[in-house]
Amino acid sequence: MSAHAITEPSSRQKWIAGILVIGYALITIMPMIWIVMTGFKSPADAISYPPKVVFEPTLEGYVNLFTTRTRQTDEFLAANPPETWYEEIVRQYDMVIAGPSRYGERFLNSVIIGFGSTFLSVFLGTLAAYAFSRFKVPLKDDLLFFILSTRMMPPIAVAIPIFLMFRTLGLSDTHLGMILLYTAVNISLAVWLLKGFIDEIPREYEEAALIDGYTRFQAFYKVVLPQAATGIASTAIFCLIFSWNEYAFAVLLTSGTAQTAPPFIPTIIGVGGQDWPAVAAGATLFLIPVVVFTVLLRKHLLRGITFGAVRK
Amino acid sequence: MAEIVIHNLRKDFGDFTAVQSSSFKIEDGEFFMLLGPSGCGKTTTLRMIAGLELPTSGEIYIDGEEVGQKPASQRDIAFVFQMFALYPHMNVRRNISYPLISQGMKRARVREKVAEVARTLGIEDILDRPVGGLSGGDRQRVALGRAIVRNPKAFMMDEPLGALDAEFRERMAEELRALHDRMGATTVYVTHDQLEAMQMGDKIVVMNHGVIEQFGAPQDIYDKPATMFVADFIGSPSMNFLRFHGSIEAGGTSVTLHHQAFAVPEMREPFDGDMVLGVRPEHIRLSDAAGYRAEVEAVEYLGTTQIVSLKAANGEVKARTPSDQPARVGETVGLEFDGRTVTLFDNQTGRALRSDLNEGVLSHG
Repeated sequence: MSAHAITEPSSRQKWIAGILVIGYALITIMPMIWIVMTGFKSPADAISYPPKVVFEPTLEGYVNLFTTRTRQTDEFLAANPPETWYEEIVRQYDMVIAGPSRYGERFLNSVIIGFGSTFLSVFLGTLAAYAFSRFKVPLKDDLLFFILSTRMMPPIAVAIPIFLMFRTLGLSDTHLGMILLYTAVNISLAVWLLKGFIDEIPREYEEAALIDGYTRFQAFYKVVLPQAATGIASTAIFCLIFSWNEYAFAVLLTSGTAQTAPPFIPTIIGVGGQDWPAVAAGATLFLIPVVVFTVLLRKHLLRGITFGAVRK
Repeated sequence: MAEIVIHNLRKDFGDFTAVQSSSFKIEDGEFFMLLGPSGCGKTTTLRMIAGLELPTSGEIYIDGEEVGQKPASQRDIAFVFQMFALYPHMNVRRNISYPLISQGMKRARVREKVAEVARTLGIEDILDRPVGGLSGGDRQRVALGRAIVRNPKAFMMDEPLGALDAEFRERMAEELRALHDRMGATTVYVTHDQLEAMQMGDKIVVMNHGVIEQFGAPQDIYDKPATMFVADFIGSPSMNFLRFHGSIEAGGTSVTLHHQAFAVPEMREPFDGDMVLGVRPEHIRLSDAAGYRAEVEAVEYLGTTQIVSLKAANGEVKARTPSDQPARVGETVGLEFDGRTVTLFDNQTGRALRSDLNEGVLSHG
């Protein structure tokens, strides 16, 4: 007989579990480490075989990501010595910086569209979920099923009708169009997820507020919303991850003004050879907002994922 | 403070009728109990008085004003929920002051009022604590604080002691009653616990299946039950029912069960058919001389008294007798009932027959 309680894993079990978790974490995190490392490699190191684990880090990828460069004559180069550290990097290849690249703009588009549609999905989702949770809505179950049914196929399956609709309505390649599209895709998730959270908030809290002299709407935003904060946060993460990473619709529906970062990053390859470090740098920077957002809200996320698994 | 009058109140949820044309009156300052088994409509009645549920038909008067269709926020009523429903994202002070803030009261005045209430309830030292870590009793006190802070017209309490453990319940019940006596506020209290209702209430309404079975003072409800349901629901062990076929004239003073005559209070109405003789366990005496025999099946020792379960010709009987009176399992003894306390029921409808005992209390139909 061992000394530990039956529900408590033995130290050997803990070791095995630990090794499995670490192994799984390494496998999933490896591509990200690879991308981050490649961003700091020189183009030669990036494609060397066998891959270099130890290398001399350089910001070349980042410089290339944010700039466009041109080749110049020797006379021009001699007459204009490099003034900044990033010009020096470019000068190794007998090039000069011609101007900024479009990465900044595309990144900003991603921020506007990603956060915009997340906000809209969560805002509308919360109102709808509250109504579904608390009020007698005619055909409630059918409506909920209908909302869910929008997720029963990959959204891209309806790409052509959406493309035509967007063209007719003048929404192609606009921020508004992309925000509406991502909101439409996310709203079903938001409604269902949030309805679960709001269902779990006892009605007595609102009733107490109603008795205490507040209106139904005051009770909603002063009492229910703070209670649902966890659900709202985790819903927001899921919505943001989708709209931030979405690629297919972005390729199809945006090209200029409203293009997001995902369709833009692969196009970097074409500029001046296969510039893997620049692509990797673009991908690394692209990861940061979602990582930050997720880390900020992570304690809510866990509850979001395991939500409803255990009945209190 | 206010008088509450309920007139023909009815509530349907789809096909289900939760409350059927109830009428009763709650006097100003009364501690009023709504008592019944779960699902009897007592909570629905309470919620309709508070405005959390709108009646299907009927009227509710608070202080003479008809409020049946008014929202809860305009009725000036406080509600204490079973699970307390303290706002979990606020500390104790904020919870108690929340009803005042909605009225737009000045901050300094709110602080004063909250301090005053905290002193009354003895919770001054936890005012700045979050409500999450509080014990059941403290939560209960905070919920009460939130209710009394704005001096509402009346208090509604939905099984407020139900979430507390047994030991604590007793103490809170006393505190609640003391608080009520000090403030003299009209209180409507829902419970399924008959002991709680008897112990605390000035008046009790007993409900079953959405229907009011009886309405009156605790003693009257205990001693003079209007229906078999009430007789059975109130008291532990509950009233004994001896079923028999017989008849009695108006003015009759005895009935015959199994060839033995039993005294009953002088009847005010005649009856012929299947009857039930109802007698409380404490009104049964074991006597060797008595002609009505029963066999002792079990003896439950309770300190000064004991509950003796007996098998008689007309059914199972439980008697509460002094512990020093021996009763051995298997023995056959005679039973004597205290005739002044017996109630006769119509077995078919379950209603009590009118007699000298209960005449003033019964109000049929």
